[in-house]
Amino acid sequence: MRVLLADRVPEALGLLAGDGAAIPVAGGTDLLVHWPVRIDAHDRTYVDLSRLEDLKPLRWSDRELVLGGLTTYWDVIQDERIGREFPLLVRAARQVGAIQIQARGTWAGNIVNASPAADGVPVLMAYDAVVVLESGRGREEVPLDHFYTGYKEMRRRADQLVVAIRIPRRPYSYQVFEKVGSRRAQAIAKVGLAVTRSDAGWRVVAASMAPTIRRCPMLERLLEQRVQVAHPGDLVPAITQDVSPIDDVRSTAEYRRRVMARVLYDDLRETCGWP
Amino acid sequence: MTLSIGFTLNGKAVSMEADPAERLLDTLRYRLGLTGTKEGCGEGECGACTVYLDGLPVNSCLVPTYQVRGARVETIEALDPVQLGPFLEQGATQCGACTPGVVMTALWISAHPELLETHTVRELMAGNLCRCTGYDGIVDAVATTIGEVGEGGRGKGEA
Amino acid sequence: MQRREGLAKLTGRERYVDDLPLEGALWGMTVRSPAPRGRVSAVRFRPDVNWSEIVVVDYRDVPTANEILLIERDQPVLAAGYVRHVHEAVLLVAHPSREMARRAARAVDVVVAPEPPALDFRAPPRPEQIQFGRDNVLKRLQIAKGDVEQALARAPVVVEGVYETGAQEHVYLETQGMIAWLENDVLVVKGSMQCPYYVLNALQHALGRDERRVRVIQTPTGGGFGGKEEYPSTIALHAALLALKAGRPVKMVYDRPEDMASTTKRHPSLVRHRTALTTDGRLLAQDIEVVLDGGAYVTLSPVVLSRGIIHAAGPYACDNVRIVGRAMFTNAVPFGAFRGFGAPQTLFALERHMDVIARALGLDPVELRRRNLLRDGQSTATGQVIRDGTDRIAVLERALALSGYREKQHSHAAFNAAQRSQRRGIGLATFYHGAGFTGGGEVHLNSRLQVAGLPDGRVEVLSANIEMGQGTLTVFTQIVADRLGLAPEEVVIGEPDTARVPNSGPTVASRTTMVVGRLIERAADDLRHRVGLDDRARGAAVKDAIMRWHREHRGEPLLGEAVYERPPGIAWDEERYQGDAYAAFAWAAYVAEVEVDLRTCTTRVIDFVAVQEVGKVINPTLARGQVQGGVVQGLGWALMEECKVENGAMINNQLTNYIIPTSDDVPPIRVAFVENPYPHGAQGAKGLGELPIDGPAPAILNAVAAATGADPRAIPLTAERLMEIVERTH
Ligand SMILES: Cc1cc2nc3c(=O)[nH]c(=O)nc-3n(C[C@@H](O)[C@@H](O)[C@H](O)COP(=O)(O)OP(=O)(O)OC[C@H]3O[C@@H](n4cnc5c(N)ncnc54)[C@H](O)[C@@H]3O)c2cc1C
Ligand code: FES
Ligand code: FES
Repeated sequence: MRVLLADRVPEALGLLAGDGAAIPVAGGTDLLVHWPVRIDAHDRTYVDLSRLEDLKPLRWSDRELVLGGLTTYWDVIQDERIGREFPLLVRAARQVGAIQIQARGTWAGNIVNASPAADGVPVLMAYDAVVVLESGRGREEVPLDHFYTGYKEMRRRADQLVVAIRIPRRPYSYQVFEKVGSRRAQAIAKVGLAVTRSDAGWRVVAASMAPTIRRCPMLERLLEQRVQVAHPGDLVPAITQDVSPIDDVRSTAEYRRRVMARVLYDDLRETCGWP
Repeated sequence: MTLSIGFTLNGKAVSMEADPAERLLDTLRYRLGLTGTKEGCGEGECGACTVYLDGLPVNSCLVPTYQVRGARVETIEALDPVQLGPFLEQGATQCGACTPGVVMTALWISAHPELLETHTVRELMAGNLCRCTGYDGIVDAVATTIGEVGEGGRGKGEA
Repeated sequence: MQRREGLAKLTGRERYVDDLPLEGALWGMTVRSPAPRGRVSAVRFRPDVNWSEIVVVDYRDVPTANEILLIERDQPVLAAGYVRHVHEAVLLVAHPSREMARRAARAVDVVVAPEPPALDFRAPPRPEQIQFGRDNVLKRLQIAKGDVEQALARAPVVVEGVYETGAQEHVYLETQGMIAWLENDVLVVKGSMQCPYYVLNALQHALGRDERRVRVIQTPTGGGFGGKEEYPSTIALHAALLALKAGRPVKMVYDRPEDMASTTKRHPSLVRHRTALTTDGRLLAQDIEVVLDGGAYVTLSPVVLSRGIIHAAGPYACDNVRIVGRAMFTNAVPFGAFRGFGAPQTLFALERHMDVIARALGLDPVELRRRNLLRDGQSTATGQVIRDGTDRIAVLERALALSGYREKQHSHAAFNAAQRSQRRGIGLATFYHGAGFTGGGEVHLNSRLQVAGLPDGRVEVLSANIEMGQGTLTVFTQIVADRLGLAPEEVVIGEPDTARVPNSGPTVASRTTMVVGRLIERAADDLRHRVGLDDRARGAAVKDAIMRWHREHRGEPLLGEAVYERPPGIAWDEERYQGDAYAAFAWAAYVAEVEVDLRTCTTRVIDFVAVQEVGKVINPTLARGQVQGGVVQGLGWALMEECKVENGAMINNQLTNYIIPTSDDVPPIRVAFVENPYPHGAQGAKGLGELPIDGPAPAILNAVAAATGADPRAIPLTAERLMEIVERTH
């Protein structure tokens, strides 16, 4: 196993460009799980990002909140202003693992790990976050809702780092994050939902419901068009078009579909004037 | 390959050669003889391996040793036993396998009582699995260290 | 008294097996079967490992008998050309580097020519699946009292029900671990275990060494719950075989995935009830069938089944009872001891069934239980007449009062009517747990214990019973100190080392305080007599006499001793399964309050009250902790802990996917004791360790039934399962 230690971003980008198969390491909360047993992972080359001070701070401007490439969940939980303006970020962060994970895990790592059950990604997506990628060849920006192309596949080349996550500041008239897990804390989502409404329209994002976390266009349209919904079952046709849940070790497709319909209905009932 | 790293461990400077595949947990336990930090799962779930990294509780089974270069690491061995009275009184330990990790998180909470304005003790302790105590002894001990009356097993209506 | 080793644990100074420094040790790893059943047609060593550096052991290296000594001798130490379950140990490897040992283990391919496995214990086996006896039944047991058929035929009401429980993983926080080395010609094995003498016997048997050439030492044990009752013999044998072959110390410590996948679990069960009653809810007959999944080897299944069926009819008076039980062979990873030992399974079925009956009869569940709870002078299913003076109705009333049962029933009705998707309910279980070994078990064990007087006047307890969190060290200290009038510091608890301590029996079956504690009292008395004192001598008089004795007998050991004596008036007929199954029972009533979210069908326990009568409570903090921990383990089993199985092996063998409760998933567990000293237990104590895991599952499911109107009959009652049931109900 090889580890390349970088102190500055350009240096890290150089190392990644030099070794096409090198893997960046941030908080390690995905990469190090069951590490001793995952022998194959020991035969790879890694680039350590943890000392890239430039990627740590989060920044505010008039138009956006910018999370750094190494911003952690705990950084966000501690930030009162984020709690006021982007409450879903805090809500989701508090439900990631427990404090020991929140202290180390990064938002960028959550994005690149590309788990369909992630909690950071859905709230970022519901806020129209944009992933800022950088490599020796320059910068590129990809809206998060266009970032994933398939299960664990994404529009990031191996030589690119996520150096920032840009989140536009907008007034939200509605926002909710729901995580249904098999226990109250330290659970992986069986169903995750982030829903927002702003001038830019409705965003409905589902986690653990498809090979990637994704927006739900049919549901969003249904909301935009103010379709009257009488009970959760009325949402199922749109859900069926938007997502494709599966049976796995954590839950069943049937359960996921039902819960998504019920929770969405229940959450939106008042706002949308449903019975 | 090995990596030369230096860090502060329990207030003292340490420098060593580390294998890139080494986890902080193993460095502490097998190389430095600090066996107070335990391994319960190796997957970040149980919290038995909790140490402070630059003042925050983290799972040392998920920290590659090379990442602590230049950082401040504190382990259970550095804690002042004087703080532990309530943990004994409340029955916060049974088999003890989870205990060092539990104590690390618990004392971090008591050092940051402001967290309790937004969090409950039970939420903050959720990263430390304990199979023996049912958590009441632990939660009561934390409550006692921050001067609150227990919300745990003693409270309401017990004889 | 505070936990004796508490500060050492809180400061991380306590040394568990993996904390011990071992110069020049090798790490041992296990190569396991990939298939549930079949002949091992080849074992291939892939060339990507330098095999000259690796110590390899297979079944041919077992010196005397390739058998793990337990009730039966059917389980090999290492598979000899044939495997019966996935993860069965086939080969052992060792290397100074843990990573290299792991790579070596990975580089062995065990090729199995598959044969049809038996994987469903509920279905009768097809001929090609039969591998044990004529019908794959590992053990069959029966209890009969009165005339069940006649009572059923005549009864005005008969209520039937089928109940199921799943496997449960112990999740002791310290995984299994053992180290072994040779000291001159003595094989020393040291590690995490509940029963040093089980391990010693297993080593002697397989390795052909007499007890002078084997020595077993227990290290502080990071949780056991039964999981370190019989399994440690296996890993001890493995470490020993590697150490003998390598001529160097060998350490084996399982990582969590290996521990979860390949060690024993709680037996899954299926229980059928057919109950005859009067219209006002008096039990006329209980006809009960219990089936357990035993897995691929016998292990302790016969005794788990035994305790299971003895508890199956519950703490109720009924003149006609028939209980038939069988443990089935399957090609699953063997099931084994787990806190409660069969009783949680059958008590879950019974106590859920009581609520099913109550609903069928339109009776209040409390009233149904009140009418049938055993009164003194009445007898259990085995005909054991209960005469311990405990007021079981009072235990129930106390639980109702503490939980606010009646008020909550009313407030829930209002809450449920007002809420869209939240539903609250309250549920109850009344139950008992027999302390100590079943039937003649304690007599067969013939436990022996010593209390030594040391030259400096302190005394030392020499016992094979171990501390695994349940408080042995503290309670033993208290018992000796109280008996002899000494300060706790003047009492030493000797390390459980078979070269030093007599066989005081295994640390299981809630026997340590009650049975072994009583031996300590008697051995302490004996010590007093040996130094010429009578039973009234205390404190300084005892110390002085001990020191005087040593001055007069320099270099000689001063030992007080006691051997188990059956309490008077206890009789058990093993043939007919009749009589006094246990010297004493602990009694309990638990109440759970739950809130169910109908959108997600997630159940949250929002209050829990545990009231029990366990004789005299020797140490309130420890006793409360045992109950709280047991309740939370029971809550996990009831609602979330599910072993997902493929080919008889657990596939969710990580803590991310096998969900146990966190601090945030449980309410404060409110504990109360009703005390009724038991004359034959130490200081009046009865067993307590297992009782608390019997009640939570039925109480919680009864509460869910009350909250939702649904009728759940199987655990774990995961959200997915509850949703199906609720859908069916509405
Ligand atoms: C016990 C436990 C509980 C958890 N619970 C949850 C949960 O509830 N919800 C949830 O969403 N997640 C959960 N996680 C996973 C969560 O911690 C991670 O997804 C985390 O956000 C990843 O961040 P990291 O910095 O630790 O990533 P790492 O492990 O360091 O890396 C993860 C991946 O991202 C890549 N990467 C990291 N940073 C960059 C970058 N800047 N540019 C390019 N690539 C990068 C890495 O190469 C790797 O592929 C849990 C993990 C554990 C161990
Ligand atoms: S060992 Fe690190 S969290 Fe369990
Ligand atoms: S004390 Fe045993 S796991 Fe917590």
